[in-house]
Amino acid sequence: MGRLVFDGVTKRFGDVVAVDHLDLDVADGELLVLLGPSGCGKTTALRMVAGLEALDEGTIAIDGQVVNDVEPKDRDIAMVFQTYALYPHLTVARNIEFPLRQRGLDREERGRRVREVAVTLGLEPYLNRKPGQLSGGQRQRVALARAIVRQPQAFLMDEPLSNLDAALRVQTRADIVALQDRLGTTTLYVTHDQVEAMTMGDRIAVLSAGVLQQVAPPQDLYDRPGNTFVAGFLGSPGMNLMGGALVEDQAGATARVSGGSVPLTADRAALARAAGSLTVGVRPEALALDPAGTLEASVVIVEALGAEAHVICKLPDGTRLVVRQEAGRHRPQLGEAVRVAVEASGVHLFGAADGRRLEAAA
Amino acid sequence: MIRGVELAEAGPVRRRARRVREAGLGYLLLLPALCVFGVFVFYPFARNFKLALYQTPPYPNLPSTYVGLHQVGQVLSSSNFLESLVTTVLFVVFIVPAGLLIGLFLAVVAQRQLRGIAAYRVIFSSTVVTSVAVSALVFYSLMNPVVGLLPWLGISPHPSVLENTTWALPAVAVMAVWQFIGMSFIIMSAGLQALPEDVLEAAKVDGASTWTSFWRVTVPLLSPTLFFALVVAMIYAFQTFGQIDILIGYQNAAYEHVNVLIYNIYTTLVYEENPGRAAVMSIALFAITLVLTVLQLRILERRVHYGR
Repeated sequence: MGRLVFDGVTKRFGDVVAVDHLDLDVADGELLVLLGPSGCGKTTALRMVAGLEALDEGTIAIDGQVVNDVEPKDRDIAMVFQTYALYPHLTVARNIEFPLRQRGLDREERGRRVREVAVTLGLEPYLNRKPGQLSGGQRQRVALARAIVRQPQAFLMDEPLSNLDAALRVQTRADIVALQDRLGTTTLYVTHDQVEAMTMGDRIAVLSAGVLQQVAPPQDLYDRPGNTFVAGFLGSPGMNLMGGALVEDQAGATARVSGGSVPLTADRAALARAAGSLTVGVRPEALALDPAGTLEASVVIVEALGAEAHVICKLPDGTRLVVRQEAGRHRPQLGEAVRVAVEASGVHLFGAADGRRLEAAA
Repeated sequence: MIRGVELAEAGPVRRRARRVREAGLGYLLLLPALCVFGVFVFYPFARNFKLALYQTPPYPNLPSTYVGLHQVGQVLSSSNFLESLVTTVLFVVFIVPAGLLIGLFLAVVAQRQLRGIAAYRVIFSSTVVTSVAVSALVFYSLMNPVVGLLPWLGISPHPSVLENTTWALPAVAVMAVWQFIGMSFIIMSAGLQALPEDVLEAAKVDGASTWTSFWRVTVPLLSPTLFFALVVAMIYAFQTFGQIDILIGYQNAAYEHVNVLIYNIYTTLVYEENPGRAAVMSIALFAITLVLTVLQLRILERRVHYGR
């Protein structure tokens, strides 16, 4: 039904390449999150699916049909805008009904569907209000209602939660996932918020500077980031990255980095041997402050978050290293010299030149 | 912040003293504007009411006599005034819808991102800065029965357009509309540019055709602008004077048929030398404009959408 395929899609604004040869295949019924920092081209990609931006190269197909030259109104997709983009002069009921009217549905059918959607999203008490009389959360639900009432091939959501406060965002996040799951409608969801991406997506596509970095299910992306960008972008805080070189002696293989060494398991050592110079990645939770640790560092900042603390250290060459500490542990002083222990199983290796993950050929 | 603290500490007496001082300063700053308005607007306005109570005798050099409201009734029920009123209404009906629609149309066209569109924007808005006298002369030549554009187009009624009792008023209205297009275009363009882009995009994605989205989304969202333009257009139409004076004038055979209120006031005062009568009519014009504006504000504003 609603399969969505990007094939070599490119979009330029003047000299800037907003989206660079994007290939992406969103399966029918899947919720795929386009994740990336501001200006990475994710919204442009979404707008091209909606038909609000023209493609410079490549094709976009919805349900097997190339839609490059199809008008937005004929694409059978629904979009939820970051600003909600409700019709301010129409009541909530009329807003939700708007796309149905354009499709020429009869009055009775329209009324039935609007009521149904209003019940689903808890909007019945507000049907006769204008958007200006609603709270942010209510407007957001009206925007969702207007999208789902259509029963389209696909939903396009452009940071729909970014204007909500934190508590409401968590709630609505879960609601959207449940709704999408129940409706089974293909959804392309754009966000810069990795927590949203991790919790909502069946898969996540990470974009940077218009280039697709990696597409994978959330946990895969976290466990096996395909390159240093993904490694550093995902996770809060992101993965620590250090320049290093392989050293092998009787004691075993290690990666020599500024301030000491990082232990390597046998299979990682084998990968490193083939690669030459390395970028060594370690997540903050695979690090610990330990007098027997193999890295020397000095403490720059300690961020206490309640349940945990982030100890931000500096290696001799200035590289920052974030160590995640559980509550109740000894908190070091600023400027204190500490030793950091690295869990060998938590080490990721990337090629220093291209930033790609080093992996055994499958 | 500092002012707030001071106010909180000051007692009620000191606070009042301060308020008086501040009000005094305010009026002092207003004084230059008050003087100008007083001399050129407020005093003539008040004087006009007094004039309306005095009847000018039919022969020159006789003193005018106080007749109270008698003259008001007389003038307002005279056929001269009523005919003039009908002409005015007709003139307004010619100008307002056409002026608004053409301005809106041009603004929509000029919204498109096309190469060289800026030049068109300048052209469309240029009538605002064109002097009435100059453009009236241009139209006068265009409508000239011998060398003008109209005979060239095969339109040459007899008597000529500007002396023709049927065509004189529409001809002046055409020019008045043309002159108003610039203002209308600027107001509409400003309104269109302020519309929320994403709402219009939402309409596209929601399946609305260009036509539907224009009438169902753009026009309602633009309604505050349309409303403002309507008020401006009405006032403009009621006050069009220069075009009539230059294109037609008092000597013209068709004069009676273009004698809108504002022109009637002028001719009554200048040619008939009857200030009493002119004063009554100008009060009537003032009252009509006031009532219309208030009505529009009351009725229309309630139906106009203001986006929040």
